[in-house]
Amino acid sequence: MIDHNTPPFARIPANQIINLTRRAFLKVSAASTGSLVLGCHVCAATLAGAAVRKPPLVPVNAWLSISPAEIVIAVANSEMGQGVFTALPMLVAEELDCDWSLVRAEMAPLGPDYVNPMFGGMATGGSTSIRAAFLPLRRAGAAARMMLVAAAAQAWRVRAEDCVAGEGFVSHAASFRRASYGALAPAAARMAVPGEVALRERKAWRVIGRPIPRLDIPAKTDGSAVFGIDVRLPGMLYAAIRQCPVFGGTLAGVDDAAARREPGVIAVVPFKDAVAVVAQTWWCAQSTLAHKVATSWTPGPAAGNDDAAIVKALQDGLTRPATIAADRGDVDGAIKTAARVIEAEYRVPFLAHAAMEPMNCTARVTPDGCEVWAPTQGQGLYARVLPEFLALKPEQIKVNTPFLGGSFGRRFEIDFGIQAALLAKQVGRPVQLIWSREEDMQHDVYRPAAMARVQVALERGGRLTGWRHRVVSPSIMARLFPNAFKDGIDQSAVEGIADQPYAVPALRVEYVRQELGVPVGFWRSVGHGINAFAVESMIDEVAAALGEDPLRLHRDLVAREDRAIGVINQLAALSGWGKPLDPVAGARRGRGMAFHAAFGSLVGEAAEVTVFDDGRLRVDRVFAVIDCGPVVNPDTVDAQLRGAIVFGLNAALVQKIGIAGGRVTTANFDGFPLLTMAGMPEIVVKILDSAGPVGGVGEAGTPPIAPAVTNAIFAATGRRLRSLPISDHDLTRR
Amino acid sequence: MLTLQVNGRSVKVEAAGDTPLLWVLRDLLDLTGTKYGCGAGLCGACTVHVEGRPVRSCSVPIETVGDQAITTIEGLSGATADRVKAAWIAEQVPQCGYCQSGMIMAAVGLLTDHSNPSASEIDTAMSNLCRCGTYDRVRKAIYRAAGS
Ligand code: FES
Ligand code: FES
Repeated sequence: MIDHNTPPFARIPANQIINLTRRAFLKVSAASTGSLVLGCHVCAATLAGAAVRKPPLVPVNAWLSISPAEIVIAVANSEMGQGVFTALPMLVAEELDCDWSLVRAEMAPLGPDYVNPMFGGMATGGSTSIRAAFLPLRRAGAAARMMLVAAAAQAWRVRAEDCVAGEGFVSHAASFRRASYGALAPAAARMAVPGEVALRERKAWRVIGRPIPRLDIPAKTDGSAVFGIDVRLPGMLYAAIRQCPVFGGTLAGVDDAAARREPGVIAVVPFKDAVAVVAQTWWCAQSTLAHKVATSWTPGPAAGNDDAAIVKALQDGLTRPATIAADRGDVDGAIKTAARVIEAEYRVPFLAHAAMEPMNCTARVTPDGCEVWAPTQGQGLYARVLPEFLALKPEQIKVNTPFLGGSFGRRFEIDFGIQAALLAKQVGRPVQLIWSREEDMQHDVYRPAAMARVQVALERGGRLTGWRHRVVSPSIMARLFPNAFKDGIDQSAVEGIADQPYAVPALRVEYVRQELGVPVGFWRSVGHGINAFAVESMIDEVAAALGEDPLRLHRDLVAREDRAIGVINQLAALSGWGKPLDPVAGARRGRGMAFHAAFGSLVGEAAEVTVFDDGRLRVDRVFAVIDCGPVVNPDTVDAQLRGAIVFGLNAALVQKIGIAGGRVTTANFDGFPLLTMAGMPEIVVKILDSAGPVGGVGEAGTPPIAPAVTNAIFAATGRRLRSLPISDHDLTRR
Repeated sequence: MLTLQVNGRSVKVEAAGDTPLLWVLRDLLDLTGTKYGCGAGLCGACTVHVEGRPVRSCSVPIETVGDQAITTIEGLSGATADRVKAAWIAEQVPQCGYCQSGMIMAAVGLLTDHSNPSASEIDTAMSNLCRCGTYDRVRKAIYRAAGS
């Protein structure tokens, strides 16, 4: 019996756990912590690229290897669709000034050079990739360029200051000499690493800001891109798993006699809370598990849990003692002396990640170490967690990262990676564990179900003087990073409330941790998505109560924030705010908007909806404006914004994870639907040219869409929807 | 032992008759461009062509295929396929890319039937799921490939 003791992080000594909350990550500036380590260092490219026909690559520093035929740039963030395989090399190339057509991206191995300075470990998440790398990678490119120049100057016996580097060559005008970066690389790698590097002025950028085609896209149109599930190793076996359907339950017994007689089956492996079949093919493993393995479970204390109990627990939380997460001004006084108090409660359900590529990991375990091919956002966690399970040292863990078929926070967890490693150890051969879609849907770490109660104090004349906001939800941090769960506060549960650029003189955010018998985790935009629904619905409610235009109220509330005003004004122009919508027979139409600042970016979104008299809802158009500071690749930002909107729309319109008998009631996309082409609104995106600091993009577009749509429904029908998904509500005209 | 016609070649595989075509392609033939998304005909990630028609290979038992021609993303060729793949790159459609083999197989099937598809023909033929939300670029790429 293997005890893999989920959650894994609970077993890490507290001093080894990443010692930062997400909010703290966001405050760490890349400039102050990003260090560039240069030196004789074998980068991923040289390990993987042992292609015989190509001239040898010379590692110039941890990020960069050069040959006459190629410039290979190491990428330390997982490519899961957000475009880091192109945007991060662009940062190096901006300063290196090379021939972009020679650039190839290679995923970096797990190693100290590739630590994400905003996390303190090799990891991807929190929309940090570009923010964390913005200075270090440009510095790496500039340092390499200076070393190439130094090598040329030494070879030609001229002064480095008289040499010019650009477009892949170093030249010395006075002597008409010119050499390619490829030819200079071996000598450059031996040059001293420059202490100081000067970076190009923004107005001189030639790579940053251009819509450069993504380097990974050709391989994603011909089937050659290797995702985790596509890894093939010599002698590899496949595994399928069935985990206790009831959260927190354990395996009581297995009857595997029939399974063991199946041709192709290698082993049936019981875990504390699961059973796996290892076989020659995945289909053999999965169908054997489905038809030939009988299991009995000890369901555990959550067995009676269901949707009604969850809603009741959240509601009860509203009146339980809370901890104060943020407090400024005299909220109680503002509410007491208010001319008017507006109060409302909002609720959101559990949500699954449902990445298209189900959870999987390939592992090989030998007495010397463990190597995993893990589609993961948390490479660093493997080296922290696997040693304890395998009796190995951290340096004996090798992590390879194939492409991720979506992730959205799910692959920050390493539950499936631990299982794969334990299975590989058990059978003594490489094993690829693939969760079925049903396992993926029923054993996710879900976006928390949550409730909020918001009270807003208004003076006579309508000025907003106080905002009291209570959040009730399970804690992600308490499970994942217990030492970041400080004084009863999970910052990830309350983010996006006190940190909005709204001029509210008195504000208090209260948090009640309410566990609900369902594991919770990071889901694209985390607390921001949950809390923006409450905040932006409430602002719309205030506008309605005052008879004011919600966009104008937003503009008043961000009075002194130029960037926020810019976004809101541009949204008004882009969406034709205030212009009447064309009528549709048998339907009412409306327009709504929301604004949210998160991950260092500011996003405004407006939605136009048609609510048919028979209750059908159509989202016709969505307008989105983002200020994310300097834009590295505008085409990628455009794609991420669209993707983030679709992600949030799915959740707003139809998605929820229901619970009955302590388990998830749906198992596949029939019960957790996604929008298809037919249901898509037209999306219009505007990216602002901004002088602000660099912001994150992957998640920032998700939070505003749900309130933009429900506010539009209110504008159309006068009905205020305070819980999601919208499909729970009957919109039939009465 | 079954003999299959895959990407213009005759291949022999040893598999139980009820094994889905998807897993024969992935596990026995190492044609990993065809993806597993749901195993239930719901997502289209596993779309391949059988006799030139898009089918969801997770829901096709191998014993029903016989000697019909199977084409996967790796073997997809011809003028329509080339236009579709070029359009996918020009419009920068993929994000994570996991659903895109299936999307492309479905799009080639659509354009083979309707060289100039209407919006509603696209909606009907392209019921594939994309969690990354690439739908508007998929639509643009189909229009581009159709030359409209
Ligand atoms: S895997 Fe075949 S339709 Fe989803
Ligand atoms: S591109 Fe990621 S699922 Fe479609």
